[in-house]
Amino acid sequence: MVTTYAVTQALRGGIVSPARVGAVINRNVGALRSGPAYWMVLFSGFFEPVLYLLSIGIGVGALVGDLTLKDGQVITYAAFVAPAMLAVSAMSGALAETTFNFFFKFKYVKTYDAMLATPLRPAEIAAGELLWAMIRGSLYTGAFLIVMVAMGLTSAGWALLAFPATWLVGLAFGAVGMAASTYIRGWQDFDLISAGQFAMFLFSGTFSPVQDYPPAVEVLIAVTPLYHAVELIRGITTGSLGWAMLGHVLYLIVMMALGLYVASRRLTTVLCR
Amino acid sequence: MIYARGLVKRFGEFTAVDGIDLEVAPGEAFGFLGPNGAGKSSTMRMIGCVSRPTAGELRILDMDPVREGPAIRGRLGVCPQTDNLDPDLTVFENLTTYARYFGIPRPEARRRAAELLEFVQLTEKSGSTVDPLSGGMKRRLSIARAMINEPDLVLLDEPTTGLDPQARHLLWERLFRLKQRGVTLVLTTHYMDEAEQLCDRLVVMDAGKIVAEGSPRHLIETHSTREVVELRFGDEPPAAYVEKLAGIGQRLDPLPDRLLLYSDDGDGAVDEVHRRGFTPSSVLVRRATLEDVFLILTGRTLVD
Amino acid sequence: MGTLAVLERALVSYKRLWQASVFSSFILPVLFVISIGIGVGGYVGDVDGVSYLDWIVPGVLASTAFQMAVGESTFPVLGDFKWVKGYHAMRATPVGIGDMVAGYQLYIAFRVIIASVVFLGVSAAFGAIHSPWVVVTPFVCALLGVAVSAPTSAFSASIENDSYFALLFRFVVIPSTLFAGVFFPVSQLPALLRPLAYASPLWHAVELCRSATLGVAPPWPAVAHVAYLLLWAVLGALLAVRAFRRRLSD
Repeated sequence: MVTTYAVTQALRGGIVSPARVGAVINRNVGALRSGPAYWMVLFSGFFEPVLYLLSIGIGVGALVGDLTLKDGQVITYAAFVAPAMLAVSAMSGALAETTFNFFFKFKYVKTYDAMLATPLRPAEIAAGELLWAMIRGSLYTGAFLIVMVAMGLTSAGWALLAFPATWLVGLAFGAVGMAASTYIRGWQDFDLISAGQFAMFLFSGTFSPVQDYPPAVEVLIAVTPLYHAVELIRGITTGSLGWAMLGHVLYLIVMMALGLYVASRRLTTVLCR
Repeated sequence: MIYARGLVKRFGEFTAVDGIDLEVAPGEAFGFLGPNGAGKSSTMRMIGCVSRPTAGELRILDMDPVREGPAIRGRLGVCPQTDNLDPDLTVFENLTTYARYFGIPRPEARRRAAELLEFVQLTEKSGSTVDPLSGGMKRRLSIARAMINEPDLVLLDEPTTGLDPQARHLLWERLFRLKQRGVTLVLTTHYMDEAEQLCDRLVVMDAGKIVAEGSPRHLIETHSTREVVELRFGDEPPAAYVEKLAGIGQRLDPLPDRLLLYSDDGDGAVDEVHRRGFTPSSVLVRRATLEDVFLILTGRTLVD
Repeated sequence: MGTLAVLERALVSYKRLWQASVFSSFILPVLFVISIGIGVGGYVGDVDGVSYLDWIVPGVLASTAFQMAVGESTFPVLGDFKWVKGYHAMRATPVGIGDMVAGYQLYIAFRVIIASVVFLGVSAAFGAIHSPWVVVTPFVCALLGVAVSAPTSAFSASIENDSYFALLFRFVVIPSTLFAGVFFPVSQLPALLRPLAYASPLWHAVELCRSATLGVAPPWPAVAHVAYLLLWAVLGALLAVRAFRRRLSD
């Protein structure tokens, strides 16, 4: 729904043509079909969070036993880790497509140079790439939710509600990723991005509740985005809704809006120089 | 330095080198001239001991390239057709790390690297990485790298292909200096001006075979006339004039855009063309080159 | 001599680019220990009679070596054949194919040893080291490094398209890291899957490192673990020499 909002806003502003955005997505689908192992690579992206879930959630979970949430609900460790893996998967899918792949296409393959020689506009390229990231990301998150339901880590109803939440997470990270990639100078900056991504992956309440950390660290974590994504999705899949979740939603919406604003302002400068 | 008899290289069904004989003497600058795909590079790779001959006899520096490859390579300098410099290293480090492959002690490697950078006029680029260098600079660095082990024999595969005219002349001048120092050079080229500039002796290769051998002068004198007239006509294709101009000069070769007229007296031949009542849109009288020799020998041009 | 020259070239390159790998070689493993070892460890009682932190440190040590060794022999090796053509440059010199493989494996061993020593220093500060046998772990890690890097080099030398690496990581490297006894005991795996963990060289190195840092006996005789890793290293090196020769011939 958030996407629909973002897209209609853009349409009303007369920035983008749906057909031309579609053309950008179409190119990505075409590129997928060409590479020999590419389908396999795309397909295999789904396994990574599942493997983490099995190893840490089930394997380490057997050592941990059950966890008691803030609201007193007692859940298995796997049910605690699974929504975090889902949020991470939504984040990394969106970031991979909007930072690494975007930069690669922009700098080396010169895909966009070719596109910009046609009636396509920078904003349409950005919207196309972002939507493509969403499509690809939701294939992974959707499949992961099915796994969660099958393993009894959430109910089908909560999973249906969690699905759009993963879209919000993806859009928020995708928009910021796109804004960030307009500032990227070279490959060395990707080391920074992946370092930040990994630090968030390890400490955003993914594997253990953030309340365990010293208060100062807890505040620091509460500033970073993955924490809000994890808390939002965990709240939904464990069925413990609360007013705090509105705060997480708000955080992600602001993040997305800021990302889109910066990206749309910077893209023309970067692409058309 | 090099001795080959009946040398053959096959890749599956395809015969790249089809039974060639050659000898290269110390201090000589020897060239392989021929179009792309003539078998020059395959021959060079066999001489560089990185590719096994399929058949025939080959001796390099009086050693067997199959059994004594490392010993031979230790005395060769190889400048490959496409530069394979290390982009992570500086210009200077490219030379010193390469020197270590030959077991040259570090201080000696540094001394030679500095000296060679001076020789190829890259001293001020010493601390730069390879990427920002121009094509000509990279090629000069490759040549410096090939010299790091003070080789007895230097192999240069298409040394100036892809370079602009100025860079080519600078490179030729450096290679000429090497020749003066008595280094044996073996090079491949599909540029006749390069072969004429650098080679004491050369073989012309086509389709894996040697079709002629000798000094540039000798090849031209044996196979061509002293001068060549290039005639262009506005109205009809050059081939149409072959019959009309028959009998002028020793030979007529129609190319798609011009007609070549071989004659020891170019100006006399042009007068004869006019006397027959033809007025070409342009006339050029020039000295014969190896390009002409190649055309006469194979019926094809070197560069298409 | 040729082997050392190949090692030297890799080291000169590393001297220039080492900053790029600081995070993955030195910082990441420590973060892992803090997040899982201390964070999750707070909810785990004892494992095999020791605290979870003590139990996981040797696992992370070996798995860092494992990932580093595989990573360093994927893109760098393929790139050296395909784009840089560094091996082609070596081929024109007295350096032999055995030198190319051996020199690079020495470099991997060097990288792994440095990373292990730094990680052990940090782990000691966390109080996770309990036996003087710890001094052998960098060498165990180096052996593991070669055991996985040699066959990976062979693989990298025989492919054209780098998208196979994504598959290698997702289907081999990540599953090994997650299920070869790094985070939880292999005995917890379903009986059907256990042989896969035993087949992984990582498991053998993890068990050797764990017995060394805790000062207990490994599950198999130490010599059997070492022999298994040596087998991988030797077979891998032979495969690599074959793949390099094939790639560089004609």
